[in-house]
Amino acid sequence: MHAMLAAGGPVIPSFGKSSSCVQDNGAFCFDWIRDNWDSTFQPALISHLKLTVIAVGIGFVLALGLALLAHQRRWLITPLTLVFATVFTIPSLALFQVLVPISGLTVLTAEIALVGYTLSILFANIITGLREVPAEVRDAARGMGLSDRQILFRVELPIALPAVMAGLRIATVTVISLATIATVITVQSLGGPIFEGIQNDFKTKYVAAGLLTVVLALVADGLLVITQRRLTPWARARRA
Amino acid sequence: MGARAEGMTLPVGDISAPFTFLWDQWDSQVRDNVLQQFGYWGAAMAIASVIGLPVGVWLGHLHRGSFVAINTSNIGRALPTLGVLAVGIGVFGLTFLNIVFAFAVLAIPPILTNAYVGVDSVDPDAVEAAKGMGMRPREVLVRVELPLALPLIFAGLRTSALFVMATIPIAAIVGGKGLGEIINNQASFRLSGVIGAGILVIVLALGVNALLGVVQRLVTPRGLRLSGADARGDAPAATTVLPTTATPEQ
Repeated sequence: MHAMLAAGGPVIPSFGKSSSCVQDNGAFCFDWIRDNWDSTFQPALISHLKLTVIAVGIGFVLALGLALLAHQRRWLITPLTLVFATVFTIPSLALFQVLVPISGLTVLTAEIALVGYTLSILFANIITGLREVPAEVRDAARGMGLSDRQILFRVELPIALPAVMAGLRIATVTVISLATIATVITVQSLGGPIFEGIQNDFKTKYVAAGLLTVVLALVADGLLVITQRRLTPWARARRA
Repeated sequence: MGARAEGMTLPVGDISAPFTFLWDQWDSQVRDNVLQQFGYWGAAMAIASVIGLPVGVWLGHLHRGSFVAINTSNIGRALPTLGVLAVGIGVFGLTFLNIVFAFAVLAIPPILTNAYVGVDSVDPDAVEAAKGMGMRPREVLVRVELPLALPLIFAGLRTSALFVMATIPIAAIVGGKGLGEIINNQASFRLSGVIGAGILVIVLALGVNALLGVVQRLVTPRGLRLSGADARGDAPAATTVLPTTATPEQ
């Protein structure tokens, strides 16, 4: 059992003081998690966060650019939507592997796949938000003498903000979920302890890492909700 | 891990290789995996529908509990699939039902939220008219609200159907079956097998989505079918395969 653990992961498990819980292969051995936090869970968590932030960031910039372009040239909406939606249905387990011959067993490969998955969600939500701006509002802004650029930044984007933020929330939790799969191309994430734990049949390791992904997703989602409330104080005023 | 990394360096080969793989290995491997994939999918969709549809429809009918409906969905949607699978398998063991449960968790949010929004946003005038005609609450629900909510209800079902089908391969990581057995075993099946099975998953995912679109047409009352443009205007998501239907207002 211990020999298998040592072979399983890049980190060295703490030998000697393994508790009865670990020996019984318990589902949640808190002492083992605490002892291995610094060596196993913390690096995986940090790497997972980095993967997520970069993917959502790049995905957002790309999706926003393309959505603004498609907002001007309406005919682009359908083909872009179809392409992104098709990319979204590619099983993550396959996409990571398929990209390897192109960009190798690298973080870049992981990010390409993760960004690909964000585009469908973010593009759809940004476009929907922009299209939901009432024509009267746009006309009123034009009547007040605002230029197209001013209308975009002062009227359309603020009105689209709730839809955009909803898209960011879904994209973020989706990437947090999919980043675990990047482990198949040896990129570090919380998927690492999950894969290793399952390969070695060491429950605490994969249950704890699984729980961490759940907590991470819920915390990230919560933080984005708070951000959204801060950014759209008028929505609260209208509800009240 | 070592074996998987070795297989990684294989070239993709010619473009027909994935299809040749599916053809050659259909009897020995692929067919079983497709059937297992449908097994998980059907069970997860059934559980998700049995939970999500009545709750969403009922809360929408009462115009109540939007907080519960939307937040349950938001939390469900935030849960990472592999994380839920890992916790479920570790605590409850590796069984068919535990794997199905993880995908049902994934499937419930779109179904519940869309059912809720669909029924909740039925034109109040139509409901008033139905009441004025002497319909009882149950009749209003079955004969007015549900038919009018069908586009969004189906948008939710179709999103979940596609999403679950495309995500089931992840089950192979925790020892489950389905097409993930091929995708997660590049050492045995080569990149051509991974790509072939991946393409098959995409086809199945888009296929169940399209199939539900046909079912939707069949169950939509003729009077509503005529106003296709209107229905599309109400539920733009119903015509796409996007996972962002009925963006809930937080």
